[in-house]
Amino acid sequence: MKRTIFSNQLLPWLLLAPQLAITFIFFLWPAGQAIWQSFLREDAFGIKTSFVGLANFRALVDSPEYMNSLQVTAVFAVSVTLLSMGVSLLMAVSVDRMLRSSRIYTTLLVWPYAVAPAVAGILWWFIFNPTIGVLPYALDLIGYDWNHIQNPNQAMGLVVIASAWKQISYNFLFFVAGLQAIPASLREAAAIDGAGPIRRFFDITFPLLSPTTFFLLVVNIVYAMFDTFGVIDATTEGGPAQATNIMVYKVYFDGFVGQNIGSSAAQSVVLMLLVIALTVVQFRWVEKKVEY
Amino acid sequence: MIENRPGLNILSHLVLILGVVVVGLPLWVAFVASTHTATDFMSGTIPLLPGPHLIENYSRMLDSGVSTSGTPPVARMMLNSLIMALAIALGKIAISILSAFAIVYFRFPLRGLAFWCIFVTLMLPVEVRIVPTFQVVAGLGLLNSYAGLSIPLIASATATFLFRQVFLTMPDELVEAARIDGAGPMKFFRDILLPLSRTNMAALFVILFIYGWNQYLWPLLITTDAQYYTIVAGIKRMADAVDGLPQWHLVMATAVMAMLPPVAVVIGMQKLFVKGLVETEK
Repeated sequence: MKRTIFSNQLLPWLLLAPQLAITFIFFLWPAGQAIWQSFLREDAFGIKTSFVGLANFRALVDSPEYMNSLQVTAVFAVSVTLLSMGVSLLMAVSVDRMLRSSRIYTTLLVWPYAVAPAVAGILWWFIFNPTIGVLPYALDLIGYDWNHIQNPNQAMGLVVIASAWKQISYNFLFFVAGLQAIPASLREAAAIDGAGPIRRFFDITFPLLSPTTFFLLVVNIVYAMFDTFGVIDATTEGGPAQATNIMVYKVYFDGFVGQNIGSSAAQSVVLMLLVIALTVVQFRWVEKKVEY
Repeated sequence: MIENRPGLNILSHLVLILGVVVVGLPLWVAFVASTHTATDFMSGTIPLLPGPHLIENYSRMLDSGVSTSGTPPVARMMLNSLIMALAIALGKIAISILSAFAIVYFRFPLRGLAFWCIFVTLMLPVEVRIVPTFQVVAGLGLLNSYAGLSIPLIASATATFLFRQVFLTMPDELVEAARIDGAGPMKFFRDILLPLSRTNMAALFVILFIYGWNQYLWPLLITTDAQYYTIVAGIKRMADAVDGLPQWHLVMATAVMAMLPPVAVVIGMQKLFVKGLVETEK
């Protein structure tokens, strides 16, 4: 709160006008539309629209495809989060030991942040391409047959790897910052008491890193659920057999390709509730951190 | 460094080198592929070292592109991406800094409501409300235009919060001194606040430029005229078109060019990038 302020009454509204106008036209209005449309249903010819109450939501609950999408999203988000955070933590702990070379390693590890999810998807799609890819060729040598175009689990593996790869840089930077914030004296004291590096990591470093870990957990889940549309669309397009049809992809697909506006709107509402819940979790945590 | 353990140091280096290699693998493979011809992939053995067709492939994509895919030359798509990224980054910074100024330095009725309206945008990514947002933009006649590509993505709670945070930490004495010298609010904003938030703006610009450049779903939906295709959205169309006849060397050349500007920004301005990343998450 500022002690000294300006007293104009009209000026602040003029300053806020551009942001409020854009927020209203492109955020609040469409969000309201999504909520309204989620209660409507168009007939087969798109001529008549009728109010159907919660029927769209009930249809979602009854739809095996939507339940499958929920499950796929959960598996996908958890896998991306664990893979990406695990690898990043390993790198961050290693870099934390380095004195002179940490800068060059950091530079070589942060650049994937700048790669678009869709481009990341294309790159890994190419590497894993069953006929000309490098990795299927290598896997074939050890007798493993890779074909993500037909095998649902391998398709999931592909999109998880592509999405986790892109997120490594972000997690790495935050883990490094978190590690640097841990006072060296604590680890020194433990070393003097005879604790080895592994013991020190699990008894001191990892617990003290938990605020960072928890923050990254939320950020990664949000990323996996909402920012990976490009990865899916550029590679598997939700297939094979719905194996990678995560919720954001299904909203788009049902709305634009399937032209099922009512169902897509109901899915939008479900997603909005999820984002709001995750945002609240994140902010609760931020408040807690301030109290520390 | 707590204690000297050469074994552990070597292990750490090995882990990091392995990490750097794994992280760099896709880029290397893409680059190698972009320097070969289509027939090199047909032989069954995958080239692992760069071939002699680097300049040929890249200049072909920049000048003419793959005509059968319906995408314009890469140079055109990169220009579109640049316009979109700059418009989004500069637009976000401009409207956010103005609204943060209004919220921090003025007291007016419904201030809380205005703040809340902005806060909501944090929770509604475009992917989540994609169908109605598309309908609004179509209704306004903004399909296939730079305005349609950028304006709907300009509102951002993150940037407003960042500037609000920056302004809140500025000493009150600044306003008092400006007042005594007879400066009005806009003069104070222009001569004191703007110069003092310069580094924050630069850090934010790095993050927002990458955000804008990497947009995918939005440009894919609202551009049907090839003249407005952006490169990130264009790659997908190209990869689809070549499904029958794989021209992977050209797709990979495009992918490398799509990565180049944002990656150069991150590496060239690493300090600002890290600052921006950490600040926007506060």
